[in-house]
Amino acid sequence: MNRDDRRFLGALAVLGGGYVLLIAAMFAADLFFTSPAQLWRALATPEIRFAIVLTLLSASASAVVSILVAVPLGYLLARCEFPGKRLINAVLDIPVVLPPLVVGLSLLILFQTAPARFFEKHAFQVTYAVPSVILAQFSVAAAFGVRVLQAAFSQMTPRSEQVALTLGCSRAQAFFLVVLPEARRAVVAAFAIAWARSLGEFGPVLVFSGATRMKTEVLSTTVFLELSVGRLDAAVAVSLLMILMAVLVLWILQHLGRSDAIDPTVRR
Amino acid sequence: MITLDRVTIRAGGFRLQDLSFEIPAGRYGVLMGRTGSGKTTILEAICGLRAVPQGRILLDGRDVTPLRPADRGIGYVPQDRALFQTMTVRQNLSFAPGVRGWGAADTAARVAELAELLRIAPLLDRRPADLSGGEAQRVALGRALAAKPKILLLDEPLSALDDETWEGMTVLLHQVRKATGVTTLHVTHRREEARRLADQVLVLADGAVRPSAPADLEELRR
Repeated sequence: MNRDDRRFLGALAVLGGGYVLLIAAMFAADLFFTSPAQLWRALATPEIRFAIVLTLLSASASAVVSILVAVPLGYLLARCEFPGKRLINAVLDIPVVLPPLVVGLSLLILFQTAPARFFEKHAFQVTYAVPSVILAQFSVAAAFGVRVLQAAFSQMTPRSEQVALTLGCSRAQAFFLVVLPEARRAVVAAFAIAWARSLGEFGPVLVFSGATRMKTEVLSTTVFLELSVGRLDAAVAVSLLMILMAVLVLWILQHLGRSDAIDPTVRR
Repeated sequence: MITLDRVTIRAGGFRLQDLSFEIPAGRYGVLMGRTGSGKTTILEAICGLRAVPQGRILLDGRDVTPLRPADRGIGYVPQDRALFQTMTVRQNLSFAPGVRGWGAADTAARVAELAELLRIAPLLDRRPADLSGGEAQRVALGRALAAKPKILLLDEPLSALDDETWEGMTVLLHQVRKATGVTTLHVTHRREEARRLADQVLVLADGAVRPSAPADLEELRR
């Protein structure tokens, strides 16, 4: 590496490294603010335990539903030309750019309309109940999942799918037997992004689901509730817990995304 | 037999119009033309991957123009081979028989037969990422032939191969043709490939396909 390379790469490292340092410093500050004893105390609280379980379940449900819509939407947007495609692309940016509170408010208003009320009356309660938590998380998380999969399908050559068609596949068979397995890593990545977004979702959940303890409280709400009553130590303990959960789940998903982890018997 | 009868093909910004040619059953046709002249587009139209707004495509006398790719009974090897990356070589070879509902024993026997013909038996449990260019080409050929198609379409099958592998592949293509009797359309821009393999040479230039004159073919063989 010559001097010019060193200076250029060094400048990039300084600029990028500052951000990495900021994240590490925030995590370290949380870590030093609390103690294992405080963490255990927080974990022992029934309300926080409930919030942990609801967070895990709702984020997982939201991520699963996100994938169910992100795979078809990502594929259609990447592979097909159709009228209104630009409009749909713009619509999908709304959950990403809109302030989270506005997403929550919009959901709340949507569920004041006659069809939604009819649904709630005859099917099940959504607003201020567990389904509202999942829906609030999903409405934002799915948009991120769509973008990940749209990019992945755009980068994949359509050739293998076309060959599958000539070999006897219907379009659906080619998709499920060839395209989807080849997009496996992207699907796992989209799931991970959707799950992580759902874990951290706060604004829409607060507005659409409320912050009722032992009913619609998720960990992001817990941080807010603990902070609002001045229990900073509990808020930090829960924040740390969220970081640990996110790291653990993302690590597991990253491991699953590696193809040799799925089929270790096959030589790569 | 491959027959194109006054076919028009739309492809992105350009159109190929009024294309007509015929490759008799069991013969090896080579379609030559410059890069970007539309050779691949013609193969894709025969496969059913491109719209044909006018004209007819007949395979062994059957009009396949309205049929979907799966129902045309063709084997197709694209230029980039497009092997199924998540599958082993064995799974790639078993794919078409599997989709077409062959039994496990018939599929296994066909894979063994192809592995011997194409000399890929030691590669059967490998993934495409672990294959050399020549090996990947042989596997792609095997995958295309697996369900015993009557028609084989090869898009620049010998491009990006070193001289030695190229030599081996031309010999192999000869052997495959002898063993299977499949009607072949091979697209290339290299005269040497036509000289080695072709019974019939077609030239695509200025949006029209014309048979190469016998004198040209003789010249190629010299």
